[in-house]
Amino acid sequence: MITVHNLSKSYNGVTVLNLEGFEIPRGQSFGLVGNNGAGKTTLFSCLLDLIQPSTGYIENGGVKVNESEDWKIHTASFIDESFLIGYLTPEEYFYFIGDLRGENKADVDALLATFEDFFNDEIIGKRKYLRDLSKGNQKKVGIVATLIGSPDVIILDEPFANLDPTTQIRLKGIIKKMASDREVTVLVSSHDLQHVTEVCERIVVLEKGTLVKDIMTSPATLKDLEAYFAGNEVVVE
Amino acid sequence: MVKQFVSLEWKAFFRSPAFGTNLALKILMVFGALMMVLYLGGAGVGLYFILEKADLEPFSTVNTFVIYYIVGDLIIRYMGQKMPVVNIKPLLLLPFKKTKIVKFALGKTVLAFWNWMHAFFFIPFSIVLLAKGFNPLGVIAWHVAMFCFIYANNFINVFLNDKLWLVLSVGALFAALGFAQYYGYFDITAFTQPFFQGLYEYMWPVIFPIALLVTVATVAFKYFLARLYLDAGLAKKVSEASGGDLGWLDRFGKQSTFLKNDIRLIMRNKRSKTTVFMSVMFLFYGLLFFTGAVEVYDGPFWKMFAAVFVSGGFLFSFGQFVPSWDSAYYPLMMTQNIAYKDYLKSKWLLVVIATFFSAILCIPYIYFGWDILIAVLVGAIFNMGINAHLVLLGGAYIKTPIDLQSGKKAFGDKSSFNLKTLLVSLPKMLGPMALYAIGHFTVGPTLGYALVAIVGLIGFAFRDKVFDQIIKIYKTEKYKTLAAYKQTK
Repeated sequence: MITVHNLSKSYNGVTVLNLEGFEIPRGQSFGLVGNNGAGKTTLFSCLLDLIQPSTGYIENGGVKVNESEDWKIHTASFIDESFLIGYLTPEEYFYFIGDLRGENKADVDALLATFEDFFNDEIIGKRKYLRDLSKGNQKKVGIVATLIGSPDVIILDEPFANLDPTTQIRLKGIIKKMASDREVTVLVSSHDLQHVTEVCERIVVLEKGTLVKDIMTSPATLKDLEAYFAGNEVVVE
Repeated sequence: MVKQFVSLEWKAFFRSPAFGTNLALKILMVFGALMMVLYLGGAGVGLYFILEKADLEPFSTVNTFVIYYIVGDLIIRYMGQKMPVVNIKPLLLLPFKKTKIVKFALGKTVLAFWNWMHAFFFIPFSIVLLAKGFNPLGVIAWHVAMFCFIYANNFINVFLNDKLWLVLSVGALFAALGFAQYYGYFDITAFTQPFFQGLYEYMWPVIFPIALLVTVATVAFKYFLARLYLDAGLAKKVSEASGGDLGWLDRFGKQSTFLKNDIRLIMRNKRSKTTVFMSVMFLFYGLLFFTGAVEVYDGPFWKMFAAVFVSGGFLFSFGQFVPSWDSAYYPLMMTQNIAYKDYLKSKWLLVVIATFFSAILCIPYIYFGWDILIAVLVGAIFNMGINAHLVLLGGAYIKTPIDLQSGKKAFGDKSSFNLKTLLVSLPKMLGPMALYAIGHFTVGPTLGYALVAIVGLIGFAFRDKVFDQIIKIYKTEKYKTLAAYKQTK
């Protein structure tokens, strides 16, 4: 579904991303982990054609993202609050996205109804603008909006950050459900190793812009990752 | 400690993004302040003599009307003077007493221009009084009392914040009182004048304004101190969503998605509301020309210049910043499956509809003659036919992010004036002027108007061509625009 070819990005001679290339097959749930500055958001931004790679390219659904815009039809994403429109209420925002994705109000309402639990009665029907919602609730809106119009590719940057424990667990359920659908490719980045190993079939570790690990998740993966990120940490006796 | 506070303020002032980018507004504000000073100073020196010439007893006349001056000051302050709450949040956790923070914040308001501008009136006026042989001690008592009132207003404004209904009712009350006084039903100044006069004559009543000042300062201090919590005085205001679902816009088909958004954008954000307000002001711009108030503007083609402006207020002030209005969520727009053409068309539609309504609102200009109304209407046709897409073309080059929630900057950004936008802007004004001049000086005004209208109508045919060009710019400049919009806050 998504193929990365010799992708690199550098700012003023400093390389922040340098990937030889890999492929994400259709239907895979793909986890991206790495410390701050590892290049996770840069990779997602290249994938969404928000920044131009210095070399190489990414293909999404058979088209080069920086040449054609056809990938937008089947791709939904939530990276940060710049994907929200602050002066809209959550409902208006959902309907707006629905309009863009060819879904009518009834379709959107039907989808939203299945997220009643997830919203915890804090989002729908409150007549509040998105800009006045808490960070966590904003995130919920952004995540659910990516599901409108049943896209084939869903990209979420740090979906677990800022969420309360209950919501984190529910979100894991949502992502797992999407991942079980063999048609939907889910890309998730996270700092939380436990969550990401739980929901993703495959995990790629970036460090300073390069790919250092590419593993299929197994029961041992979490330990592996923890050992990797602990590095040569001083062991406390 | 005070030193640190002052240095914080200093940095806040010079490092604020508005300081660098907002030269035009700064100049405008300084200019406005200077005008204020000049007016007040001129009034301070001259008022005595003017009243004397009008056969009024100057000092007692001033004492009659000073009550309106003081109440007017309070209302103007409410609208203009800001509560000093910024920069307080990070100070709350630092190890010093909250009273110190409050004292500093209130102290800052004491130094505000809002207070000392009155000195430009009262000091010269008092000097004139002394020169005219009034009792110096009495004048000083009166003068001190006036400053107590001004400063009392300053502190009242602190706890008046967010009590719009109170200010409105005080304003309405005094408007009614002024009205009643003018028509001789009831004269409030019959009660207040002796008091203000008494300040001079008996001097001891000066203790009342002093007591008032001390009281309101204490109340303001306590009010502020009690509200120094994140959920009280420092809370962000949360507004309830307004406006229906705008379903009636669905008739515009594909554009309705964006039209709905644009209308919500305009209704729900400070910056865009300011823009709409300004475009209403533009409607009155013609008065400068058509009344002959400004002589420089008397040439025949200046009429065309004014005509383009009066109906084009919204077109220029809103259209100029497309797509910057959407800067806060531009990444969203760029990753959604958006047809640029529909996006542009909806903005174009909005601008054209607004121009159309502006033109209708301009019909009263018929007062100045048919000639003027025709000028305004052909100006509107030119605006809709040519300027509506030129302004969108110019906007494509502007990469200034817009902070929708701040009312400032509506007067223009330094960075929005670049060569490309200037080049695109020129024909918007000069075009109709030149066309009119050609007609006016060859055959007569009729041909002038006809030329402007015809070119405007032809312009409609080229709309899609211009749109294709704009879309090309949007695409080639996409990454630069995204990067530029990111650099805010």
